[in-house]
Amino acid sequence: MRHVMTKPTPQIVQDPHHPLEHYFRSERLPHIWCPGCGLGTSMSCLAAAFGHLKLDVDDVSVVSGIGCSGRLAGYMRPDSYHTTHGRALPFATGLRVALEKTKPGHKVVVFSGDGDLFSIGGNHFIHAARRNIDLSVFCANNFNYGMTGGQVGPTTPLGSKGTTAPYGMFEHPFNLPYLAASSGAPYVARWTTLHVHRLQRAMEEAIQKRGFTFVEIIAPCPTNYGRKNGLPTGLDEMRYYNEKAVIENFADPKDADIIPGEEFIVGTFVNEDKPDYLEIYNKFVGDHFGGEEK
Amino acid sequence: MSNKGILAGEHFLNGDVACAEGAIAAGCRLFAGYPITPQSEITETMALRLPAIGGYFLQMEDELASIAAILGGAWGGMKAMTATSGPGFSLMMENLGLGIMTETPCVIVDVQRGGPSTGLPTATSQGDMMQARWGTHGDHEIIAYAPASPQEMFDQTVKAFNLSERFRQPVLIMADEVVGHMMERVTIDPDKIELYPRRKPSVPYDSFLPYKGGLDLVPEMACAGDGYRVHVTGLTHDERGYPDLTVESQKKLMERLMNKIRLNSDEIIEIEEENTRGADVVLVTYGIAARTSLRAMELAAEKGIKVGMLRLITVWPFPAKEVRAIAGEVKGIIVPELNLGQMVREVERAVAGECPVRLVPHAGGGLHQPEDILAAIEEMTR
Repeated sequence: MRHVMTKPTPQIVQDPHHPLEHYFRSERLPHIWCPGCGLGTSMSCLAAAFGHLKLDVDDVSVVSGIGCSGRLAGYMRPDSYHTTHGRALPFATGLRVALEKTKPGHKVVVFSGDGDLFSIGGNHFIHAARRNIDLSVFCANNFNYGMTGGQVGPTTPLGSKGTTAPYGMFEHPFNLPYLAASSGAPYVARWTTLHVHRLQRAMEEAIQKRGFTFVEIIAPCPTNYGRKNGLPTGLDEMRYYNEKAVIENFADPKDADIIPGEEFIVGTFVNEDKPDYLEIYNKFVGDHFGGEEK
Repeated sequence: MSNKGILAGEHFLNGDVACAEGAIAAGCRLFAGYPITPQSEITETMALRLPAIGGYFLQMEDELASIAAILGGAWGGMKAMTATSGPGFSLMMENLGLGIMTETPCVIVDVQRGGPSTGLPTATSQGDMMQARWGTHGDHEIIAYAPASPQEMFDQTVKAFNLSERFRQPVLIMADEVVGHMMERVTIDPDKIELYPRRKPSVPYDSFLPYKGGLDLVPEMACAGDGYRVHVTGLTHDERGYPDLTVESQKKLMERLMNKIRLNSDEIIEIEEENTRGADVVLVTYGIAARTSLRAMELAAEKGIKVGMLRLITVWPFPAKEVRAIAGEVKGIIVPELNLGQMVREVERAVAGECPVRLVPHAGGGLHQPEDILAAIEEMTR
């Protein structure tokens, strides 16, 4: 057999716009994120997920908390809400419940960071998961507070350095998939910003599934975390993910600890059916009033 | 309007229940709260009533979440309320600021109890009046009512919703344990209830500026899914709603946020004057303290002393002009309140030395004795 090596003909794109541009507030770009940061990749995966699901820009809202990841909401074209630190989930809860009445079918996506969702907002997270409120929650976990200068947070691995842990982090970190699963989330996945297609697919699954769905995105922060912890560039972190991330679906979330220098699990941990908050609410109220509103 | 869900007629209700019924009559269909006394009956009434009329009741994990949820609910296109007391009000201060900054209409009820901290969990106080005004960080204006009866708990809750929509601002109801728990006749006539509708965008998407104020400085509101693709942020923002962290943008935004209340304060401020004309002494008071003051007025009248009352129905913005107008006409002003001196500072500021101002304090947990107020009246007229 003879192989003819030819370069593929580039497809000529007539439209000067990016096919996903309608999901972005292009007038606000470029973004504020540092070179090598994982948030741009995460945002791109989210837009690609919207695009693949053919989600109308007016049929989804994006809610963020505070921090580098909190800026994501402001770059995306859908109705977007940049709330207070830690309160993205309860804000989104009220928004989602109201939309059940005013705009049935409207999706609510929460995108925030590890400090926002799991430190100051930790209580809201476990309760939103317990309630199984219909929200798609995406957490960019970069193991530190980037916006404020690289302080350690609730996911910083033991021994890692940060501006508030110059001698190494003394505290044990959260294992986010384990926390989400044990709080009752019916969908829990973890990917890194290296696994862009799998991340996009997980986001699509999360958006399509009714209930509290959670995707942890392991994301580099070379400026504030990587530099202090032996991975000074975004590329170093990508190589690290390539080397250490082990894909395993439906692993026990208990085994999802992240220990520097050791392999860590990525994949879907939980994907089960469970009635969500509004479904139960509507059923109980419907049963009581026989479907009739007084 | 549709009478659906309104508890029409004459009822014997406590103030907390009347407040919940007022919210329902105002069209509130989303309530988020967390258990705390002495506001419990508001939350419990909403839990019972809202599901029956197509609304949503959310018991949240704390008060931080409760107020966040009603802000979200408002952006989801519903009228929303939360209610709390004491420590819960402190927790709400953070997102009260978000509500002001993002111009989110909603109603927050504080059924006051003794503080600071856990204080007197089931006993009255008016100790949160200055917290209502200044509790959230940053410069801002606030709108707050002070109901003095179950009927006013109903009426003012309706008014609070209207002002919150009219000015796109969270509105506070500064009730107290006694008003919350006293039972009185409450008359509810659906035909007399007027509602201010949400100010929806009047222009298409491509020419809509979500944070550009109208002639009255209040912007129109596009909710989630309305097709206006609005960005809402607690950061300092421009007319597009986009973060703009500059001195100029801060000045422009702050001036509009403050002036939409300041320049329209005549439309907001509500007071009630009784026998202020020709009075020797005027009591400037509010909420439950005004009820005790009424008895003191009667006792003073028996002694031939002419006493009037200026009751604050809205406590914020403070009716400085109205108080000052009285100052020149009287021997003095007396301010009974269930704290050791909060609104009296505003009275002194408004009076500006025109006449003596005297506080009749009470540390909370109970009410003034009318005789305490009478003694202050007698001393001032001596």
